[in-house]
Amino acid sequence: MSGTAQIVTAPAVHRRALWQALRRPGARVGLAIVALFLLMTITASWIAPYDPFDQDLSSALSPPAADHWFGADQYGRDVLSRILYGSRSALIVIIVADGLALVVGGALGLTAGFIGGAVDAIVMRLVDVLLAFPYLLLALIIVAALGPSLTNSIIAIGIINMPQHARLMRGQVLAVQNAEYIWAARSVGATRLRVMLRHVLPNSFSPVLVMATLQAGSVVVETAGLSFLGLGAQPPSPDWGALLADGHSYFITAWWIATFPGLAIFLVVVGFNLVGDALRDQLDPRRRT
Amino acid sequence: MAPYIAQRLLQLIFVLIGVSMVVFVTMHLLPGDVAQLLLGDHATATALLRLRAQLGIDQPIWVQYLRFLEGALRGDLGTSLQTNHPALDDVLVAFPVTLQLTLASLTIASLIGVPLGVLTAVWQGTRFDTAMMTLTLFGVSMPIFWFGLMLLILFAAVLGWVPTGGLMPVGMDPPHITGMSVPDSILAGDPAMVWAAIHHQLLPAFTLATVPLALITRITRAEVMAASLFDHVRTARAKGLSGTRVILRHVLRNAAIPIVTVIGLQLGLLLSGAVLTETIFALPGVGRLMVDSILSRDYPVVQAGALFIAAIFVLVNLVVDLSYAVLDPRITRP
Repeated sequence: MSGTAQIVTAPAVHRRALWQALRRPGARVGLAIVALFLLMTITASWIAPYDPFDQDLSSALSPPAADHWFGADQYGRDVLSRILYGSRSALIVIIVADGLALVVGGALGLTAGFIGGAVDAIVMRLVDVLLAFPYLLLALIIVAALGPSLTNSIIAIGIINMPQHARLMRGQVLAVQNAEYIWAARSVGATRLRVMLRHVLPNSFSPVLVMATLQAGSVVVETAGLSFLGLGAQPPSPDWGALLADGHSYFITAWWIATFPGLAIFLVVVGFNLVGDALRDQLDPRRRT
Repeated sequence: MAPYIAQRLLQLIFVLIGVSMVVFVTMHLLPGDVAQLLLGDHATATALLRLRAQLGIDQPIWVQYLRFLEGALRGDLGTSLQTNHPALDDVLVAFPVTLQLTLASLTIASLIGVPLGVLTAVWQGTRFDTAMMTLTLFGVSMPIFWFGLMLLILFAAVLGWVPTGGLMPVGMDPPHITGMSVPDSILAGDPAMVWAAIHHQLLPAFTLATVPLALITRITRAEVMAASLFDHVRTARAKGLSGTRVILRHVLRNAAIPIVTVIGLQLGLLLSGAVLTETIFALPGVGRLMVDSILSRDYPVVQAGALFIAAIFVLVNLVVDLSYAVLDPRITRP
């Protein structure tokens, strides 16, 4: 909303400091959760007790018991197996949506900050306009235009997270651009492109990467939210948000359908937030305790 | 102060034009042909051409945008393909529901979050502080659509303390004055109706308040801790003022701007969360209207809803910005 973007003047961050931040207790718990989540995506097909699509109407809506640990849904599909397979779609969401925001947003910020002038003005005004929307509203109109599907909801979530990356990256670029090593590189005749990619980019990248970690959890929630509304993953795919939508239809009789997938989303978000918070505290000396 | 306000209003116009362009261009990237959609697969070529001309979609996109903008300035945002009402009317009927929900949540989040933040800062490092900080971490990480469902299962399905959704019990209709169920019931002067209206708002408002409550608590704690380090606070303590007085008169005043900013910035989060909350609790607000319109491909209503909510959001952000100028006179100085 504000007309002039803030200039972040944080000093360059040492990668070693970030690694140290990850050794704090909170961050360790976070890393453990994230590791568990990754393990789940890899081993889903071996450890899942049932096929996530197998319908068994005789056990429809059966509560948690020895044969279905997390109960069964309205078609008798095993909720645990669907959650385990659903972790894969959550991982795809993180890689694609967060990656899209990081790469495109970062590239926009880098170009705007480095070239400056009219390019900077145009990119930053676009960023201001995109930030003028409540985030989910922007995602809604993008999905409305492209049509409801998991792929389109991932694209929408990627786009709505781009502006923050662009703004942060631009601030970093402006902060390092006048450093002595940049002048040194220029004075020995490095081309502008080389200065941008080899000198400016590596030195302004860490905060943007931290932001991507912090957003990994929120992109999962945002995409699951779209699926919950029926605008993302479509049935019968085992997606955590879509599982919650099933649970919403049966909440009076079958509490387990919604409870367990939501718990999975929640834990993954807590994991990424713990890691991201530790990294951010390291970046912002004012918050270091 | 006046030049500052003028400058911000000018910026506002540009942002609103930008917002309308983004909404318009995105909605016109639609795959498929609206005329075909309306007339069905068996429409004749002449009928399609006539309808396209009638809808104006045979014109170049910039002509269409200018027409759209001109209509928008007159309050005409097209006609719903479902109900045939003006699209803006459908949005205006739904908006008070969203407004009531958002205001109730913001009130809950501020009334609990600010005192909780002050207490955790004063009792920093105690078990209370640690417990509250863990709870707020859970709060910011909570997918509210899940949390809302859990509250619904516990308090509505299992305990039966609150209704499972909707604005009012069936058969009880307050007069339509503001469109918000609680104020309308108060205006009707019927205590049973007021209680029913509040009863239906409890779970949705608490659900939507979760994330802002956690954020407001955390920011208040951080700002109170930072403001307690100022010299004048030490002086106030040295003068022998009571702890409560120091906090209220000297610390909170300095922490007020960031806290007000954060409370103001929750609006985007609340409007986004309202879409999900309205779906869980079957509330007929703008969010629910937009989702239903997307699913039934009623694009004029989606476009009108998006533009309306974005405009409200931009305006409220402006009010928040102007409010710091009042709280801190340094801001308006060049």
